[in-house]
Formats: sequence, C-alpha cells, structure tokens
Amino acid sequence: MARLLVLLLFPVAALGQSPDLDKRVSALAEELRCLVCQNQTLADSHAPLAIDLRNQIREQLAGGASEREVREYMVARYGDFVLYRPPLKMTTVALWLGPFALVIAGLALLVRRLRRPRPPEPALSAAERERAAKLLE
Amino acid sequence: MKKVWLPLAFIALIGLLAAGLRLNPREVPSPLVGKPAPPFELPLLHAPDKRFTQKEMLGSVWVLNVWASWCPPCLAEHPVVTDLAKSVPVVGLNYKDAREDALPWLKRNGDPYRLSVYDAAGRIAIDYGVYGVPETYVIDRQGIIRYKHIGPLTPDVARDKLRPLVKELGGG
Repeated sequence: MARLLVLLLFPVAALGQSPDLDKRVSALAEELRCLVCQNQTLADSHAPLAIDLRNQIREQLAGGASEREVREYMVARYGDFVLYRPPLKMTTVALWLGPFALVIAGLALLVRRLRRPRPPEPALSAAERERAAKLLE
Repeated sequence: MKKVWLPLAFIALIGLLAAGLRLNPREVPSPLVGKPAPPFELPLLHAPDKRFTQKEMLGSVWVLNVWASWCPPCLAEHPVVTDLAKSVPVVGLNYKDAREDALPWLKRNGDPYRLSVYDAAGRIAIDYGVYGVPETYVIDRQGIIRYKHIGPLTPDVARDKLRPLVKELGGG
C-alpha cells in the first residue's frame, strides 16, 4: 500500500529505479549548466531549479526523448549558455577558434624572432682586449 | 617599432578584460525574446478552481511578472511593479510558492496584479526560461515576447525600458 502511494506520488522517483536511465540522466546533466550557480553543472548543483531540471531530463528521457531532444528543450528555454559544449556558430566562433588563433599567433612571433639574424658580436678594440687578458690572468 | 607594439597589445588586453568585468553574467540573453510566449493554463492564486491561459491576453500588450513570497528581491521590486501596473496589465506568475504564504504576502504588500496564476511546481516557469525570481516579460498583442528582464525591476528599468516599449507596442 505504502509502496503504491509512493509510486502514485512520485512517479519520477519510481522511474529512477532503472540504473540505465540514471546513467543517461547524469551524463546529460554533466554537460548542462546550472543557471543559478553558473559555474556548476546541473549534475553538481543543489539549487532547487537544478533539481527540477534534472527531474525534467529524467522525465523526458524516460518518456522516450533522445539526448539531443532534451538538449534542444533546454536551449530553447535558456539559450546556448546552458551547454557546456556550445555549438560552433557565428556568435561562438571566437570562443572555439580564439585559443587556436592565439597559439598560432604566438608560434608565428616565436618563429619570426628565432629566424631574425643575430647582430654580429662587436669586435673588441686593442685596449679592451688587453684589459680582458689582464682580468683573465 | 616593437616598443610601441607590446604596450599597445597589453592595453588592448586590459581593455578586453575590463569590458568583460563590466558584463553581468546573470543577464543571459533569453532565446525566447521574439518568440511566442509559451502556452500555459494554470489555476489562479486566488481561486484554485478557476484557470487562466495566456491566450486570454491576446490583443493587448501585457507584462508577466514572476514572483514568490519567499523572494526578497520580489519585495524590493514590488513598488515598481505596483507603479507599472497602473499603466499596463501585469499578470503575476506565482512561482514555487504556497498559497498560505503568497496570499498574505499580497495582502501585506498590496496586490497590483490583474491576476496571479499559481505555478507551484515551477513547470511553466521552466518553459519561460526562468532561473531566478523575479523575472519580467513584456508580451505584445500577438502574444510574442518582446523583452525579458532578469532580477528585480528598478524605477530606471521601468522608465527607460518597459514603459517606452509598452508605448511603442501600442499598449498602456
């Protein structure tokens, strides 16, 4: 009886008994951002909204939605910002290519510097040569 | 030549970082702006047996304000909402609240809302991309979301953003 009550009241919790679903839910929650505490994933966060959204993910996956559909559901509401792996598009080009551009620019600078001919060592005058010889004695 | 170049690059970097610091990471641009307001049908806060859907507002410019009695910034923005409600219909979305807390809250602080719908589970709020109460939406005659404000409304935001927009849309 009690069990039935639990099932009725918490259908979501009851569905959670499948370990396979658990795994899919947490894998997906790992790559979605919690908007309340922005540097945490939905999986890490204990914010009430994160819990609600995890339940959403679980409900939708249990209902037969694919990972992509759940991701699209989140993006439609919260924007690309929820994705820890944002898609490559015009607004995110700098994000994706910026680091590579910086590395290439750095390498180019380094190569240029290394290739630059070194100025010849200044020749010592006779007086300097004599002084050096004295110092070395 | 090199001597000018390096400090310039450094200043540019400082400028970039300074600009980044000034941005508010809480203000995530909503993908919902320009899209139809997500449909809902929810019970009224004051009358659980009556229901309200956003369709009833079609044809008028209106404001949806997400609030809760447990949310201090909602109390802070309440005078602004009250003032705004004098010129444009404001519908309240009572978010993850309890009736026995929300109703006395309205009694204490005044009820500027045309009506409040009761979203105890926060499901509709998720459809609206709410992640921190209060949040405020301006919705046009065709039911399209035209603006979203995250966090408490200030008199400045109401004066500079909401009112001009409502007027531009032909409401208020």
